[in-house]
Amino acid sequence: MADTHSHSHSDHGHADGEFSHPMPVWMLLAVFFALLGLTFLTVFQAQFDLGSLEIVFSLIIASIKAGLVIAFFMHLVWDKPLNAIAIFSSLIFVALFLGFTLMDAQQYNERLIMDPKNEILENSTPKARLIKASE
Amino acid sequence: MGRCAFQDPISENMTEVAAHTDGHDHGHHDHPSWLAHHFDDAEQQFDSGKLGMWLFLVTEILFFSGMFCAYVLYRNRNPEVFEFCSAFLNEKLGAINTGVLLFSSLTMAWAVRASQLKQHKLLVGMLGATLGCAAIFLGVKSVEYTHKWSLGLLPGRMYVAQMENGYHSDVDYLTPLCIAPAVLTVLFALYYVYSLVIASKFHQRVAGPLLVAGLCFFGGIYLGQFIEGGEHHGDSHGAHADAGHGEHASHDEEHAKEAGSETPAPAEASAASSDTGVALVSTSSGPLHDVAVDPKEAAIPNAEVNNQGMAGLFFSIYYCMTGVHAVHIIGGMLVISWLIVKAAREEFHSKYYGPVDNVGLYWHLVDFIWIYLFPLLYLIT
Repeated sequence: MADTHSHSHSDHGHADGEFSHPMPVWMLLAVFFALLGLTFLTVFQAQFDLGSLEIVFSLIIASIKAGLVIAFFMHLVWDKPLNAIAIFSSLIFVALFLGFTLMDAQQYNERLIMDPKNEILENSTPKARLIKASE
Repeated sequence: MGRCAFQDPISENMTEVAAHTDGHDHGHHDHPSWLAHHFDDAEQQFDSGKLGMWLFLVTEILFFSGMFCAYVLYRNRNPEVFEFCSAFLNEKLGAINTGVLLFSSLTMAWAVRASQLKQHKLLVGMLGATLGCAAIFLGVKSVEYTHKWSLGLLPGRMYVAQMENGYHSDVDYLTPLCIAPAVLTVLFALYYVYSLVIASKFHQRVAGPLLVAGLCFFGGIYLGQFIEGGEHHGDSHGAHADAGHGEHASHDEEHAKEAGSETPAPAEASAASSDTGVALVSTSSGPLHDVAVDPKEAAIPNAEVNNQGMAGLFFSIYYCMTGVHAVHIIGGMLVISWLIVKAAREEFHSKYYGPVDNVGLYWHLVDFIWIYLFPLLYLIT
């Protein structure tokens, strides 16, 4: 932090205290159409049965989209590094959270009781509120 | 609306300021109205607010990650439930909502640019477009939700097992859901008329976008009903056939076997037209729901999955994630409306656009969450 107002911005290299960075319109539109294209791609790939790879593909596409949104729409590319550290640390903590929770999931999965699982289908229908449309 | 209109409660920079305010008298002569007096300069104010917003977004991500954790655990254990239930979600509506949200992100980012360049009219327009897109999103979502409620696709123990011929609730859910938006839209319309009468440019600039957003909600309702009525059945048939649940497929099914088939069978076509013919206030009972329950014709109940414990839990997760997301949309709409008021006052310029930027960050995060929700919930084959 500078001592006086007069040269408090000199270390940022902006003239006259300007710190705004308007994004060019072409860049905004390019990012938008890239996002739209990736959405079409993810809908398109969902039509094929890729088995266990499906989730991987859709997550990769979603992450590319999320990266575009964060980098350009949220302006992180030109932002202070501190903000980038904050957001990426949160993603790391999410990964830790999910990773540790999944780690022992296989151990207790067999013991989980899915409570009304064994109910007969007819019993699970509250007929008081419902009409059978076919009748 | 005072000069320190939008300050996030971040104290880190304030301690720095306090540490060296004894160097000068911290006078108000060099502080313009938009600069809160505890900040040295515009950039410090902007950076503090922005850091606060990013920290808030961090908590938002961690907050949503709890629900993603439930999702991951449940899908890891019971992938077949997700295959079964995802077929009941209309991926066309989900894709449209994705596009709407992406477009609203574009207009929001453009609004930030406009605020930096002092393009006041464009700024109000872009914020209005963002608000309108949010309203369309909620309108489509309302159709999705109410359609599922009437089919008994409800969370947990409220879930109704989906049968071959299907059940339909005789309760009309959509109309009550539309009451609040309808009242708001009427109020916005009155406000707009009032602004015309008193010939106030400021009030016209505020009332216009609000009225458009209110109408956009009903546009979204119409769009959702059109697609839900016209294309849902073909989609679900395809999804079911692909998922291998269609062992007992009826003869109708053969026509719509191709995934994403755009041509409904004749019976469906006639029914679809009756479905779209139903206006906003749909009938409380009627033949149209013979068609609305169509998705399950393809799928003879899969007793292992088609019950409250399994499918019901999926819908608990579905409603929780999309519902909390929708609450965030509503919150975003409120702050965007506040921005419209400030923008109509022409308050923003290249040294004071923090509120637009920070609301923009929030709005992009809402988009960010949906980018993951859409493939994870709708696009499971």
